[in-house]
Amino acid sequence: MEFFVAQILTGLANASSLFLVACGLSLIFGVTRIVNFAHGSLYMLGAYIGYSLMQVLPGMIGFWGAILLAGVIVGVIGVAIEMLVLRPVYRAPELFQLVATFGVILVIQDLALIIWGPEDLLGPRAPGLRGVVRIMGEPIPKYDIALLVITPLVAVALWYLITRTRVGVLVRAATQDREMVGALGVNQAWLFTGVFALGSALAGLGGALQLPKGGADLMMDFNILPPLFVVVVVGGMGSLPGAYLAAIIISVLNVFGVAYMPQSTLVLMFVVMIVVLMIRPYGLFGREEVAGEHGQAGEPERPIKPASDKIRLLVTAGIVILALLPLYGSSFAQVLTTDILIFCLFAASLHFLLGLGGMVSFGHAAYYGGGAYVAALLVTHAGSPMELAFILAPLGAGLAALVIGWVCLRLTGVYFAMLTLAFAQLLWSLVFQWGTVTGGDDGLINIWPAEWLKDTTIYFYFALFFAVGGILVMRHVAHSPFGYALRAARDSERQAEATGINTKQVQLLAFGFAGMMGGLAGALFVFSKGSVFPNELEIARSFDALIVVFLGGVKTLSGGVVGAGVFKAIEDVLTRFEYWRLIMGLLIIFVVILAPDGIVGSLRKAARRVGGLKAGGEE
Amino acid sequence: MFEVEKINSFYGKAHVLRDLSFSVPHGKVVALLGRNGAGKSTTMKSIIQLVRPASGSVLFQGQQMIGLPPHKIAKLGLGYVPEERRIFTDLTVSENLMVGLQPPRDGAVTWTQDMLFDLFPNLAERRNNRGKALSGGEQQMLTIARTLMGNPRFVLLDEPSEGVAPVIVEQMAQVIKQLKSEGLTILLSEQNLHFAQAVADLAVIIEGGAQVYFGTLQDLGAHPEIRDAYLAA
Ligand SMILES: Nc1ncnc2c1ncn2[C@@H]1O[C@H](COP(=O)(O)OP(=O)(O)O)[C@@H](O)[C@H]1O
Ligand SMILES: [Mg+2]
Repeated sequence: MEFFVAQILTGLANASSLFLVACGLSLIFGVTRIVNFAHGSLYMLGAYIGYSLMQVLPGMIGFWGAILLAGVIVGVIGVAIEMLVLRPVYRAPELFQLVATFGVILVIQDLALIIWGPEDLLGPRAPGLRGVVRIMGEPIPKYDIALLVITPLVAVALWYLITRTRVGVLVRAATQDREMVGALGVNQAWLFTGVFALGSALAGLGGALQLPKGGADLMMDFNILPPLFVVVVVGGMGSLPGAYLAAIIISVLNVFGVAYMPQSTLVLMFVVMIVVLMIRPYGLFGREEVAGEHGQAGEPERPIKPASDKIRLLVTAGIVILALLPLYGSSFAQVLTTDILIFCLFAASLHFLLGLGGMVSFGHAAYYGGGAYVAALLVTHAGSPMELAFILAPLGAGLAALVIGWVCLRLTGVYFAMLTLAFAQLLWSLVFQWGTVTGGDDGLINIWPAEWLKDTTIYFYFALFFAVGGILVMRHVAHSPFGYALRAARDSERQAEATGINTKQVQLLAFGFAGMMGGLAGALFVFSKGSVFPNELEIARSFDALIVVFLGGVKTLSGGVVGAGVFKAIEDVLTRFEYWRLIMGLLIIFVVILAPDGIVGSLRKAARRVGGLKAGGEE
Repeated sequence: MFEVEKINSFYGKAHVLRDLSFSVPHGKVVALLGRNGAGKSTTMKSIIQLVRPASGSVLFQGQQMIGLPPHKIAKLGLGYVPEERRIFTDLTVSENLMVGLQPPRDGAVTWTQDMLFDLFPNLAERRNNRGKALSGGEQQMLTIARTLMGNPRFVLLDEPSEGVAPVIVEQMAQVIKQLKSEGLTILLSEQNLHFAQAVADLAVIIEGGAQVYFGTLQDLGAHPEIRDAYLAA
């Protein structure tokens, strides 16, 4: 019993930061309809800034002052982000906004690295709250008690602001109908900025407040996202009481998990989420969201037609030039091209899901890395021959996609995106934590291809065959009745249902198929490198693919492939710089703002403007 | 006071308003008449800039509205009551009114919640009810009251009689007359000629987004052929 109470108290204390951060995310989403994927970065900044302030401000007042000040500073940073990055894209489809916030993540990652360095910083203890108190004989850190008091106070203050003040009334009104609020004379721009400031400040506060229990490190931004999204999804997007309750449930559960089943804490969190979603699809206190725009962008899509003869010729020529590479290219060029081919396949598989299916998956690396790990695990633990592992890898990834898709497809729009990301991160954590099987951070090595494939040139042809083949298969599926059904489901679920299409089933199959293709890319990858590490499952990897699709243009079939080529080229140049993330992030933000149609889309538009391009032709 | 000149508005490629012109004199009620789909709501939206006209001009107190954001227009004293009502269903009646609140304005009545509850007694009893609990008629009153909280000089009323019970329509007519007597200028869109005749001084009739009549309601009475051609029975 004593132990039980102590565990609950610890859980409640841990819920504190999570609640603050989740509240911020919820508030921002409610009013601006933007899921701020950079919210974790603001949380991380809160921790770093709080840390630095605590170094200079002395004593108890200094400590608490530093926390408050960290919140304020992060709030100001939030304002800057809102005004510079988000204002230009409020009217853009949600995918653009999400990609823009990802650009912000990259920029903040490098800025934090530049300012605070790569070492993890250990959070200072709170002056005057160093020891423990005994509650029913169990030691409880004094700082935990302080958090137990602070969190409800902040919650009540927020509740008062939202329910009892005119600002709160405006926020709630804007959550429902921003345009009408504007027509009544309220400047939405400032309302948005204000809410963004508040939400960011809460994230910063959360980051600074957890310092004595943890610290500050460069992984905080991504690490907070899964619990954060789970809390928001479980509690219901936009609901503060929901966020509070869910943060407590998740944190308490986590503490008990650590005590009784230390390996399973992450899984436990997802089990809770799945159970809640089964019963209440929009969370405990949430209400149904109007589904988002499903990744559609700008003007209506031109019908996708089979390629014209000219294009066919061009593509064939391209493939031939590629195939002749060993005649004129070095073996290094062949390795590099193999990388690009694999990446093209991976990006094309996401593009299939996103462009054709309208499903904005933020965790597509789960299937790419998943495929790589399936193959590597089979080779390492079952001594499977390479050929068998290579065949089973896409199947395994596809199966995982079916299971994950089955859960995620209960939701749409941003909820869907958040869930896919959370699942990908779950897989990453499993691989990372389960070292005895997966090798953890050390990865799995010595995963070489079969004897007959060992030669670089032969493997290049092997990859060329499967990458081009995979892309052509996806193209083929896009033009099949299944592809049409998928697009119908994307454009209007109701109309599609009316014509007898089982939209959910079609989407699930597409999700599984895209996962399988991602897995194929992963399998090609692992045998080309001979090893695999958890970073193939990372959020960053998912975002790579997403950026590529976005760069190429969501609405063009060739977008994924073109984007992948350009991305790899840019990456190749940028990664030579120490702070390439910063440059990449800025680049993404500029593209989102300046060329929202992507490369292929913008080229096409330019061509039409210049030459009055006849009705299409290119794919 | 208010002048629309040759505006053209589009939804995508659909040309909805065609060179539409009319004016609203200070202190008058002008009825904007036309069949369903004629472009009445689009005219309203083109004034408040929820739809941006491709050409033409919208002058309010001599100032160009085209290109201004809606909140600036509202701040100039131009109130908009949308056809779909668009009340905030999760907010209470009182909170809905709070959203519309603007500072007092010269030459306009300064409304308070209590004054509005006098004007719409039904709302008074429901002041702490959420918007979604209101009846259609009550919602219509609330959307008007909410706009009045901004102390406007000029109000766009989009089909206030649509879909409400006859007693409420009667009440709406009384309210409009009272507002007019207090100096408010009103542009009222209507399909119901009867209602328009009860409250309006002038009428604009539009068909296919173009003006087909602009004059007094009395003159319109003398031209039954126009009435029959462009207005539903
Ligand atoms: N949001 C919209 N998108 C496209 N067309 C619209 C939209 N709103 C109205 N329309 C079209 O514009 C025309 C005028 O509509 P509207 O202004 O609502 O007419 P009224 O208010 O007189 O009934 C109609 O043909 C209608 O179908
Ligand atoms: Mg209308």
